[in-house]
Amino acid sequence: MRFLARRIGFYAVAVLVAVTINFFIPRLMPGNPVEILISRFPGTLTPKATAALDLQFGIHTHQSLVGQYFSYLGTLLHGNLGQSITYYPSSVASVIASSLPWTLVLIGVSTVIAFVLGTLVGILVAWRRGGWLDWLLPATTFFSAVPYFWLALIAITLFSLNLHLLPVSGGYSSSTTVGFNGPFLASALEHALLPALTIVVSSVAGWILGMRNMMITTMAEDYVLTAQAKGLSDRRVVLAYAARNAILPSVSNFSLALGFVVTGSIVLEIVFSYPGIGYVLFNAVTNEDYPLMQGIFLVIALAVLLANFVADLVYFALDPRTRQGG
Amino acid sequence: MATRIDHDRAPAPAGPGALADVEVTSETPPGPPPAPPTRPAGRWRGRGGQRAHLSGKAKLGLGIIAFFLLLAVFGPLLAPMNPSAVGAKPLQGPSLAHLLGTTQTGQDVLSQLLVGARSTVFVGLLAGLVATALSVGVGVSAGFLGGASDEGLSLLSNVFLVLPALPLLIVVLSELRSSSDVVVALVIALTGWPWGARVLRAQTLSLRRRDFVLAARESGESTWRIVVAEILPNEVAVIAASLVGTVIFAIITTVTLAFLGLLDPSRWSWGTMLYWAQSDEALSAGAWWWFVPPGLCVAVLGMGLALTNFAIDEYSNPRLREGDQAVRSRRSRRPRLTDPTPYRPELATRAAATNGAATNGSGAGAAGAGAL
Repeated sequence: MRFLARRIGFYAVAVLVAVTINFFIPRLMPGNPVEILISRFPGTLTPKATAALDLQFGIHTHQSLVGQYFSYLGTLLHGNLGQSITYYPSSVASVIASSLPWTLVLIGVSTVIAFVLGTLVGILVAWRRGGWLDWLLPATTFFSAVPYFWLALIAITLFSLNLHLLPVSGGYSSSTTVGFNGPFLASALEHALLPALTIVVSSVAGWILGMRNMMITTMAEDYVLTAQAKGLSDRRVVLAYAARNAILPSVSNFSLALGFVVTGSIVLEIVFSYPGIGYVLFNAVTNEDYPLMQGIFLVIALAVLLANFVADLVYFALDPRTRQGG
Repeated sequence: MATRIDHDRAPAPAGPGALADVEVTSETPPGPPPAPPTRPAGRWRGRGGQRAHLSGKAKLGLGIIAFFLLLAVFGPLLAPMNPSAVGAKPLQGPSLAHLLGTTQTGQDVLSQLLVGARSTVFVGLLAGLVATALSVGVGVSAGFLGGASDEGLSLLSNVFLVLPALPLLIVVLSELRSSSDVVVALVIALTGWPWGARVLRAQTLSLRRRDFVLAARESGESTWRIVVAEILPNEVAVIAASLVGTVIFAIITTVTLAFLGLLDPSRWSWGTMLYWAQSDEALSAGAWWWFVPPGLCVAVLGMGLALTNFAIDEYSNPRLREGDQAVRSRRSRRPRLTDPTPYRPELATRAAATNGAATNGSGAGAAGAGAL
C-alpha cells in the first residue's frame, strides 16, 4: 500500500507543479499579454472579453501575486480556463472538450497497438538472437529517429496522393453527421488509419528495443536456467519465466514513452488537419491565443499524469513486490 | 565486429576502478577525471592502454555524426546559391542546375539544406550539452547526498519527466517572443535533463557504497574530490549515452518547433525548410524533393546518434551484443564474465533505459514506479 500512497502523493505534487507553471509563465514573460492580444485584434474584443482577459492574467486586479495565485486556483477548480480568442466566443474549456476525444481515441488506440506489437516482437528478437530478425534493429533505429510529422508527410504522399487509398486530411468526411452512426464511424476510422499507422510505425521501435534488452538480461538469470534444466518447453521458458519478468520495466517505461507519443501526435494532427487537440493548439499558436495555449498545456499535462497513474496501477497489479507493505 | 572486452585482458587491479562493478567501470582509467564525454566512444582507451575495437555499429554511427558535424561547419560555405534568393523557375524537380530542385518561389533546396544544417546541429548540440550538465549536477548530487536532498531532487526530475515537453515548450517559446538559436537551445535543455538525471542518480547510488569510494572517504578526501575523481570516471559511459540521447531529443524538438512556426521562419534550418514546405503546400504539389531531404537528414543523423548509443551500451554491457559469437554461445547459461556481481536491477534497467533514450529519447528513466 505504501507504493500506491507514494505514487498518489507524487501525482498530487506533479499536478500542482503543472498548475503553478501555467500560472507563472505569462507573468514571467516580457510584455503584457493582454495588451498584445488587444492590439492584435482591434475591434474584435468586447470590453467584457478584455476584462475577462485581465482577470485571467491577473492584470489590473490590484491583487498580490499570492492572492492572484489562489484566485487562479479557484477559477481552475470551477473548470474555468478562460476565453478563447481564436474560437471566440467559445470558452477554452468547451473548445478543448470538443477536440480532446479525437486525440484520446487516436493516441490511445495506436499506443496500445504499438505497445503490444513492440513487446511481442521484442520477445521474439531476444529469443531468436543472432538470427535473421536482428535486421529489425537497425531498421527500427531509423524509424525511431524520424520526426513523426515527416513520416506523416511521406505517408500522405504515398498512400493518399499517389495511391489514393486513404483521405489526405481531416477527421471525418463532411458529408456525414457527427454522432454515433455507421457512416460517420466508418469515415472517422478511415481518416484515423493513416495517422494511427504513423504513430505505430514510429513508436514501436522503442518498445522492441526496450523489451529485447530486458529479455536478454532476464534470460541470463538463474531461474530461467532452472526452468530450462527442468526440461520445460522453450515457449514456456521464454513466455512464462523470462518475458513475464522482463515486461515490468516496459510497463514503467510506459509513462516516459507516452510523453513522446503525445508530442508526436500533436504535430501529426497538424499535418493531417486532424480535429484533435494538437490541431487546436497549432491554431492557438498561429493566432497568439494565449489562454487557449495554456489551457491545452494544462489539459495535456493532466491527461498524461492520469495515464501514468493508470500505468502505475497496472504495475502494482503485475509486480507483487509493490504490495509487500515495504 | 564487436567491441572486445577490455577487462578480459587488462592487468588485474589497476586502480580504484578495478574494485568496482565490472559491467560499467572497465573502460575508465583510474586517476584523473576524463575529459567531458563529448569525444566519440571510440576514443576511449582500455586500462591496458589499448584502443577499444570499434564495432560496425559504432563506426557507422560515428561516421554519420562526423559527416553532419562537418556539414554544420562547412555547409553554409558550400551552398551554391543564396538560399533565400528567389529564382525564376518555381517547383522544379532535381536537375543539374538545382541538384535538389527548387521551392515554390524558385529558391534552391540544396542551398537551404546546406545552410540550414548549421543552426539545426548547433541547437541540438548546445541543448544536449546543457541538459547533460544539468542532469549530471542533479543526478549525481541526488545519488551521492541521499536523504532529503535525494528525495527533493528525485521528485523534481520525476515531475519534469512526466510533464509533456512539447506543449510546455510551445507555451514558453511563443510567450518569450525570441527565437535565437541559443535561447531555443536553452529552453529545450530545460525540458531535456530529467532522463539523464534519473539514470545517473541510480548509478551514483550503486557506486556510493563501493569499497573504493568508502576508502576515499576514510582517507579524508573531500566530497568534491570523491565525486570528480572516484564517481564521475565510473559514469562516463552513462553520461555519454545520456548526452547522445539528449542530442537526438533536442534535434527532433527544434525541427518540430520550427515546423510549427515557433522559430523565426526567415532563418534557415531543416525545421524552417519543412515549415515553408508545409505552408506553401509542397505536399499537394507533389514536390517531394522539397520536404524529403531535410527530414531524411534529421533521420539519418538521429540514426547515427542512436547507433553510437547502442555501441556505448554494448561496450558497458557485453550481454547486449548481437551476433557476438562469444556471447551467443553462452546464450543459455550465464556469461561468466559478469558473474561475480549479483544481479542488480538498477543496472539492468539502466541498460534498457539508455537504449530507450537512444531511440526516441524516452527511455532513460526506466523502472520509474519500481524505484520508488
